[in-house]
Amino acid sequence: MYHQPDIETMPREELEQLQLDRMKWSLRQAYDNIEFFKKSFDDAGVSPDDLESLEDIAKFPFVVKQDMRDAYPFGLFAVPMKDVARIHASSGTTGQATVVGHTKNDLKNWGDCFARGIAMVGGTDESTLQVSYGYGLFTGGLGGHAGGEAVGCTVIPTSSGNTKRQVQFLADCGTDILACTPSYALFIADTAIEMGYDPANDFKVSAVICGAEPASENMRQEIADKLGVQYCDVYGLSEIMGPGVAMECAERGGLHIAEDQFYCEILDPETGEVLPDGEWGELVITTLTRECSPLIRYRTRDVTRIVSEPCACGRTHRKIDRLRGRTDDMLIIRGVNVFPSQIEQVITGFPEIATQYQIILTNKGPLDHVELQVETEPGFQIDEVRKLEDLKRRLEAELKSNLQVAVEVKLVEPKTIERSMGKAKRVIDNREVTA
Amino acid sequence: MISQLTVFLQNEKGKLSNLTRTIAENGTNMHAMFLADTQDFGIARIFCDEPEAVAQMLNASGFRASVTQVNAVYVPNEPGGLADLLDFCDQAGFNIEYGYCFKAGEAEAIDVFKIDGDGIDAALEEAGFRLAKPEDIYAL
Repeated sequence: MYHQPDIETMPREELEQLQLDRMKWSLRQAYDNIEFFKKSFDDAGVSPDDLESLEDIAKFPFVVKQDMRDAYPFGLFAVPMKDVARIHASSGTTGQATVVGHTKNDLKNWGDCFARGIAMVGGTDESTLQVSYGYGLFTGGLGGHAGGEAVGCTVIPTSSGNTKRQVQFLADCGTDILACTPSYALFIADTAIEMGYDPANDFKVSAVICGAEPASENMRQEIADKLGVQYCDVYGLSEIMGPGVAMECAERGGLHIAEDQFYCEILDPETGEVLPDGEWGELVITTLTRECSPLIRYRTRDVTRIVSEPCACGRTHRKIDRLRGRTDDMLIIRGVNVFPSQIEQVITGFPEIATQYQIILTNKGPLDHVELQVETEPGFQIDEVRKLEDLKRRLEAELKSNLQVAVEVKLVEPKTIERSMGKAKRVIDNREVTA
Repeated sequence: MISQLTVFLQNEKGKLSNLTRTIAENGTNMHAMFLADTQDFGIARIFCDEPEAVAQMLNASGFRASVTQVNAVYVPNEPGGLADLLDFCDQAGFNIEYGYCFKAGEAEAIDVFKIDGDGIDAALEEAGFRLAKPEDIYAL
């Protein structure tokens, strides 16, 4: 049930003392070994010795993604290269790639973090784990792999792609747990159904561990129903470690943060002020054990809140709520802030509409124009124009009332919207910058 | 009742030719086709041989196709043939969702309707109208 029971159920007081001890060590590790942190602490007039309580972390300056890009490739490493066991890098699609290093201990801790999630879905050393995250610089594949090895699972490293083969392994190798992005889990499920399987009954798989992109509650439910599994949401980011920073237990009331390894704060993104537990804001993470790439107060740009109520599963580590979006993903449409997750939430309220969608932004003329492309579900009666037009109008009205922005719905033929093998591309921004 | 093949298409260049080519390559003969169009999308309504099998084939090829039950009625090919039928539907309280007509030989035409609600076939027969059978229109 637990991977590391002594840590996962540690009394709060003891856990907070452990966090404080480790935070002091981490501040030292960063300040003494990394020029960037020495300068930023000195500029802010703080030293690692100023930390007497966990709350004192608020005195320290933030680190942001741009700082990591500026330090490319090894500027934020705190150990000599001979101690760096592996590097991972973000895709760099939005700018210079960011490189993160891991020592042997960092990798072991990472494996343990992910392993806790495997235990949350009932995985043991008797389980078979199929890792259908991409392997490589992306942290998903090797992160899940390390988790499986830490538990002692039989690991099938299928990586992403070749979806029919993924289905074949699920069918033939008795996979118990599937780890991949949510859009890929859905794609695998749909492919299995197309191949004539009923995955919920034909396959042994009993859990999915899904992360690396947002998924609405309805999409999770669809995955859980089609595959007949427990859905475990995994949170992580390559800058901090990779998948496993927080994972969702069977109670499904949020994701338990690995608090022995990470300290989380929620911030008002505008003012930079720390918000109390329960309030929504930007997640800020301080690593407590990372040897190679410690980060002090890293601004994740992920929007969530901390759930501090005790959890029935017995774990004492606090939880983060399901992510509301990423401040990077936030679209500004006609001056209104819109998260793709809000659009997805509306779509999933329409059983007639399939969960695949694409948002296309253009600005012919003075105003932004939003087109939402959706497909109807196979069971929906397409015979009557009136019903199709009615569906379109109802969806448009619902979007307008939820987003405060007019969206034009376009019903498209099946398979028009590209199915994804990794992170789904939901937004195509063809707006020309005029300013 | 007659089985009509219904296909959802985006209202874009090449979509209809792609559909008809796919049906042709399946070796299926079409007997009638009617298009409904809106700005964004169109609906192709088709009488063809083995409509169920063709719908399955199209869905497997990435189309959104279904089979819809419609009514087909013989009327005399003369002034008022259609009007008499519509008067009957109106008086009997049957609302027509859509319809189309085509000539069947010199003396008759076939009028096709999609009607919301049940009981139309029995009502038509009772009133003396002659219903078209599936085999009159396409191979089963």
